[in-house]
Amino acid sequence: MAVNVSIPTILRTHTGGEKSVEAAGTTLAEIIDDLETRHGGLKARLVKDGSLHRFVNVYVNDEDVRFAGGLDAEVTDGATVTILPAVAGGMR
Amino acid sequence: MLQIRRDLAEAIVAHARRDHPDEACGVIAGPEGSDRPLRMIEMANAERSPTFYRFDSLEQLKVWREMDAAGEEPVVIYHSHTATEAYPSRTDISYASEPNAHYVLVSTRHPGEHELRSYRIVDGVVTEEPVEVVESYLFSHTGADDVPDCR
Repeated sequence: MAVNVSIPTILRTHTGGEKSVEAAGTTLAEIIDDLETRHGGLKARLVKDGSLHRFVNVYVNDEDVRFAGGLDAEVTDGATVTILPAVAGGMR
Repeated sequence: MLQIRRDLAEAIVAHARRDHPDEACGVIAGPEGSDRPLRMIEMANAERSPTFYRFDSLEQLKVWREMDAAGEEPVVIYHSHTATEAYPSRTDISYASEPNAHYVLVSTRHPGEHELRSYRIVDGVVTEEPVEVVESYLFSHTGADDVPDCR
């Protein structure tokens, strides 16, 4: 399934500055592995110890994948995948 | 340096005071590459906590999409500390992932006063920067709100 992946500013060093790249796969995990073949280093910024990094928000068709199976989230043909760094912090 | 119009700086402080004792948070968007904070966007603190803040992920998607469509980027990302000083914590630093943003912190620990400070946080390194509050961006030699400085 061919999808369009939107890349946040901080990860564009891995995509040669591109803010939107193509990828193929039927699950988010496959999409990320596919991205890694062309944009080395990207996977390590997204996946930690087998699950999505908590500092990163990933959306498939505007749904936060945390509520759609995480890395197992299904990705259909023509879907949009959006990656945004989570914005958070606190006193400590 | 962060140059920010007075009404926007005051809006940040007002938001922080209003949400105290929870941490307040938000964004000021500006045209991409302009380094000019223009459009104030208060965000809900999805943690609703006095010690932690987080943008709701779906609200963030909506706001980031709107900025992208308008050719904007987050120029300021602000939040408040309600019991500590306005300095980035270890958590603030580990989350900071918008390389072009000014991270503004307000402390509301003392009711009568406030502390508003700004930082660059890049690759885990914090650099404090001066904050220049201006009455208007006009004639401030960085270009006007919508009209260039007289040539």
